[in-house]
Amino acid sequence: MKKKPSTETGIMHQKPLTPWMYLLPALIVMATFIVYPAFNTFYLSVRNNDNTGWAGTRCMAGQPCWGIFENYRYALTSTIMQTAFLNNLKWILLMVSGTVAIGLLIAVLADKVKYEPVAKTIIFLPMAISFVGAGVIWKFMYNYGSSQVQIGLLNAIITAFGGKPVSWLTEPQINSIALIVVGVWMWTGFCMTILSAALKGVSVEILEAARVDGASEWQVFWKITVPQIMPTITVVVTTMVINVLKIFDIVYVMTGGNYGTEVIANRMYIEMYKNYDPGRASAIAVILIIVIIPVMIMNIRRFQKQEEIR
Amino acid sequence: MNKHQTTQKFSFKNLPVHIILIGMCIIWLVPTIGLLVTSFRPVQDINSSGWWTIFAKPKGAAEYQTYCASCHGDDGTALPEADLSDPNLVAQYKRSFTLLPSLNSEINGQPHMGSISVPDETQTANIIAYMKRMSGIDSSSKITLDNYIDAFTGYRGNNTYRADCASGNQSLDLYCDIRDLMNPRGMGRAFVNSLLVAIPSTIFPIFIAAFAAYAFSWMDFKGRQWLFALLVGLQVVPLQMTLIPISRLYAQLGLNGTFQGIWLFHTGFGLPYAIYLLRNFMGSLPKEVFESAYIDGASHWTAFRKLAMPLSVPALASLTIFQFLWIWNDLLVALVFLGGEHPVLTYQIGNMVTSLGAGWQMLTAAAFISMALPMLVFLLLQKYFVRGMLAGSVKG
Repeated sequence: MKKKPSTETGIMHQKPLTPWMYLLPALIVMATFIVYPAFNTFYLSVRNNDNTGWAGTRCMAGQPCWGIFENYRYALTSTIMQTAFLNNLKWILLMVSGTVAIGLLIAVLADKVKYEPVAKTIIFLPMAISFVGAGVIWKFMYNYGSSQVQIGLLNAIITAFGGKPVSWLTEPQINSIALIVVGVWMWTGFCMTILSAALKGVSVEILEAARVDGASEWQVFWKITVPQIMPTITVVVTTMVINVLKIFDIVYVMTGGNYGTEVIANRMYIEMYKNYDPGRASAIAVILIIVIIPVMIMNIRRFQKQEEIR
Repeated sequence: MNKHQTTQKFSFKNLPVHIILIGMCIIWLVPTIGLLVTSFRPVQDINSSGWWTIFAKPKGAAEYQTYCASCHGDDGTALPEADLSDPNLVAQYKRSFTLLPSLNSEINGQPHMGSISVPDETQTANIIAYMKRMSGIDSSSKITLDNYIDAFTGYRGNNTYRADCASGNQSLDLYCDIRDLMNPRGMGRAFVNSLLVAIPSTIFPIFIAAFAAYAFSWMDFKGRQWLFALLVGLQVVPLQMTLIPISRLYAQLGLNGTFQGIWLFHTGFGLPYAIYLLRNFMGSLPKEVFESAYIDGASHWTAFRKLAMPLSVPALASLTIFQFLWIWNDLLVALVFLGGEHPVLTYQIGNMVTSLGAGWQMLTAAAFISMALPMLVFLLLQKYFVRGMLAGSVKG
């Protein structure tokens, strides 16, 4: 089997220009809004602040200088950017594993009960609201009152058990985790839905055969179910990695990147629209795309494989 | 499809499953419920007690139960000659110490309280508070719509919009009539702006994508595979990569801060995913239908309008919901290209949190205003939403 037979055999021979008439509007808009700006960002990242010369002109005597890549020196070596990289790494490790693990757990458990649709809707609901809305919801959960009354649920629970209230969003280390929890709360539904669909596709006969042969539920899950849905897990993980790399709104709303919670995308926004430094902002954006390119290639490969099977 | 589920009736073997699952659902729901409850509470209540106390018994109920209910009944009407739910009677006890002497006095030669010990002053105060609530003298409600009114009108004072308007002390830019709903600072206006951004930004890309998807599905041309692979790649290009050049371009064209500018941007970014999803759907439509149409002499234009589009309605629906919710919930693009010129909901809330330091009463109401529509859309059209998500891959 190759490609799609309909187009292969060419049932309908159109004039050579016709397809392009259908494609042109889309191609023009995408070229203007994605392709051209992407290349332009590369160019801006090696230019100085007001685009009057190369980035090397920003170097100051007596300080390290990377010449034309001066903006990248900032983007790769400055303290704040290293914090951002470290935090993004934390986000990737915790949020991706958190959403996929909890999503898979709920998908498996929900499969066994009658109220599956209700449970799944509840877990999925946060996906429908904005990061900003979620930010407000959780800022309230994390509320830290200096007085006796705690109106934030988490601190109220802690004080009810005699503990000391925690300032979740300003305490270093804890605050990044607190933000990641919000991300997990929002995106678990996404992972659950896709993994759940994959679970339903696992062949019942094989599962039953394994059970008849005396395999425990635990063994069945790890030896049969997981390998069968592995391709889907890969898709979910790569999708989540991209999402997490671009994480912006949660941090922007809840801490503004202060107290050591900076992430790459928020830093880029600050450099561009608070410090008016397009050179540095572009360099950060380029780093972001470079990190994403491997995933992009994986996606294209996977797509091409799918097309071959079609 | 064979039935995969091993659905069982409730059994104790399944108990851990139920506990974990229901526990998860509660954890997932509680934060949102907290926001919703808080948005309906008066500001002084929000700041003095947790939102969960709204489910607790009102103040003084416990004391009333201990000291009074055995004779006066749960609703205060058991002794007709001393009906504690009678507002006129309760009105006599202005302060708690005026109630205390009467509790210490004798009735018909017997101590008022009988064998029960007399409550102290704080307990009496709580009992009075409870009696006032029971009798209707204290009508201050635990639930209010003021937060929503303040949020919609963009009220920025220390009181409430209603109180200010009633006393005539409203700020100069408020009219105290229906016009205030469109106050540029308010969430009412922001809601309209969000719609003005989201509707065209949803329709344009889907319309353009439908043509391209048809070409990718049913036309043969050079570079088709190659171009489509490129499209798959474009889906993951981060937004951040294009913001700077586009805002510079817009600055030259005067498009910064305009609806046209943000429509175009969202159209550009919505296209790769829209084309991908529609092409996957159109390409899987039965080819016999198209073949016979072509044999009957139908042109591509006819096939597109009369066959491909009507048959693709489920995919179009998924895509519409997806794109709409995505734009409705977007903050970054609105922040960069619209800013304060035409503030949308997410922009306003972000502003309240980061720079204005608005109180919880405003924030919670504003957040819920912004969440209501997407939640409704999602709950009603969940099927299409999930379908679109399963068919697509990455949206960025």
